[in-house]
Amino acid sequence: MAISVHHVDKSFGDTPILRDVCVDVATGSLTALLGPSGGGKSTLLRVIAGLEQPDRGTVAISGSDVTRVVPQRRNVGFVFQHYAAFKHMTVGENVAFGLRVRKRPRAEIRARVSELLELVHLEQMADRYPAQLSGGQRQRMALARALAVEPEVLLLDEPFGALDAQVRKELRTWLRRLHDEVHVTTVFVTHDQEEAIEVADTIVVLADGVVVQSGDPQEVYDNPATPFVMRFLGPVTELGGRLVRPHDVELTGEPRPGAVPATVSRIVRLGFEVRVEMVSAGRPTWAQVTRDLARRLDLTPGDTVYLRPLAERELLAAGAP
Amino acid sequence: MARHVLRLTALTYLLFLLVLPVGLIAWRTFEHGLGPFVAALSTEEARHAFRVTIVVALWAVALNTVFGVGTAILLARHEFPGKRLLNALIDLPLAVSPVVVGLALVLVYGRFAPVGGWLDRAGIQVIFSVPGMVLATAFVSLPLVVRAVLPVLAELGDEQEQAAYTLGATGWQTFRRITVPGIRAALGYGVVLCLARSLGEYGAVAVVSGRLVGQTQTLTLFVEERFQNFDQVAAYAAATSLAVIAVLTLLVTRLLRPKDSR
Repeated sequence: MAISVHHVDKSFGDTPILRDVCVDVATGSLTALLGPSGGGKSTLLRVIAGLEQPDRGTVAISGSDVTRVVPQRRNVGFVFQHYAAFKHMTVGENVAFGLRVRKRPRAEIRARVSELLELVHLEQMADRYPAQLSGGQRQRMALARALAVEPEVLLLDEPFGALDAQVRKELRTWLRRLHDEVHVTTVFVTHDQEEAIEVADTIVVLADGVVVQSGDPQEVYDNPATPFVMRFLGPVTELGGRLVRPHDVELTGEPRPGAVPATVSRIVRLGFEVRVEMVSAGRPTWAQVTRDLARRLDLTPGDTVYLRPLAERELLAAGAP
Repeated sequence: MARHVLRLTALTYLLFLLVLPVGLIAWRTFEHGLGPFVAALSTEEARHAFRVTIVVALWAVALNTVFGVGTAILLARHEFPGKRLLNALIDLPLAVSPVVVGLALVLVYGRFAPVGGWLDRAGIQVIFSVPGMVLATAFVSLPLVVRAVLPVLAELGDEQEQAAYTLGATGWQTFRRITVPGIRAALGYGVVLCLARSLGEYGAVAVVSGRLVGQTQTLTLFVEERFQNFDQVAAYAAATSLAVIAVLTLLVTRLLRPKDSR
């Protein structure tokens, strides 16, 4: 394991932020810490980096216990949400910083800096100051700076949080490709489930300071451990008191075993998919169907249709937390 | 109309309070050309007063720079019991009259006081000598560096410093390469203000120095002593040079003050 966090507790004053958190991050993986704001994701990342001390529990990096080790000696790269660019240094000097304080030979620093700037596509920007870069460029510079010291693990705190939607999407894909190229164990914090599913190969869901579930994105999406995780990872609707993904609802015009009747109240066409809003047993529900199916059934408000969950999955009761 | 009245009032106020007195001093100084001015400031006493003033001011500025930066970092980056008290104490020198400061220092460091007596036996004379004058000057100019640096440090935040730590920089490397460049302009501003205040200090220094001509006489004390002895040429000449130094430091602060954006 590249990172092992064991039974970590952390409070700020009387407010518990992390409660008995255990997380293992496999070497070479790209892991997302996913959860709502205030769930303790960033604090956990800072505990791993050594920027916060846990009240209890241990942190190990590459097998050695670093709980009491200062951040300087943990060999981690950390990328901050707001870049933490050294404003008085050029892009090149920013990237070179970690190597300079390590007193590496000049020629080596120069070679490594230009190699990294090429990796993050900033080779033209070496002599600019951070203030002259766009948000996305600054974040890439911060990434190059963190990678310069060849860290054992790379930690990214909401790396795309301060960027606009378009740049966010580009950087996401780019980060995935970069990880495939560099293979450094990476952990990133995000509150965006789409980002986590798209980029990560492992997702750790954190809420109220507790690890609720961890696993690969498909598993967490398809077999959520709790209704909370299910709701957080994608759209959900209720069917006969159970939670279902709207695209996992089978909708037919004729009654079938296990299906419940529902009355169509509204039909919304969103390009290739159709959102059918219904009332079943006095409660609202909805299903996501293809345009083709909607046309075949000739759905209009007031029709009676029959619904049942598509897959044979363990369904979660809607009432549970 | 109201605006004109307001403007006229402000100008008149400044004229009688500031422009007229300072202007008259300058006029009196150079009334008979540069000759008497140069002669008055080339006497042994005058040159000695210049030297004492510079030595005392530089020491006070050095002490307050170290103390100021250290305290600002402590207040901006750390939580500790007594923080609010420390924060309030820093402004005390602004409220206490310099004469009181001088007397208080004599009470502690005078030859017949416990601390002063102990130092005296160790061969260090504080009161009526340069160390006491440095203490008095440092006391009155104490808040200037802290108050200039603290807001900038707080605004800067600690993310850059934390980034430096994760990149392997030690505390000292981080301070020198990240913190100091970040506060450079504010620090320069605070230092110049502190220097200006130190050069012009009179009350506290008057009490602790003993005003020994040719020994512990600073430029401000020299002005007063010459004036009392009806040597108005020397008094005006020294006063003018103090004013010129003040204007120069003001200009430097003006140059340091603007946009610290990059």
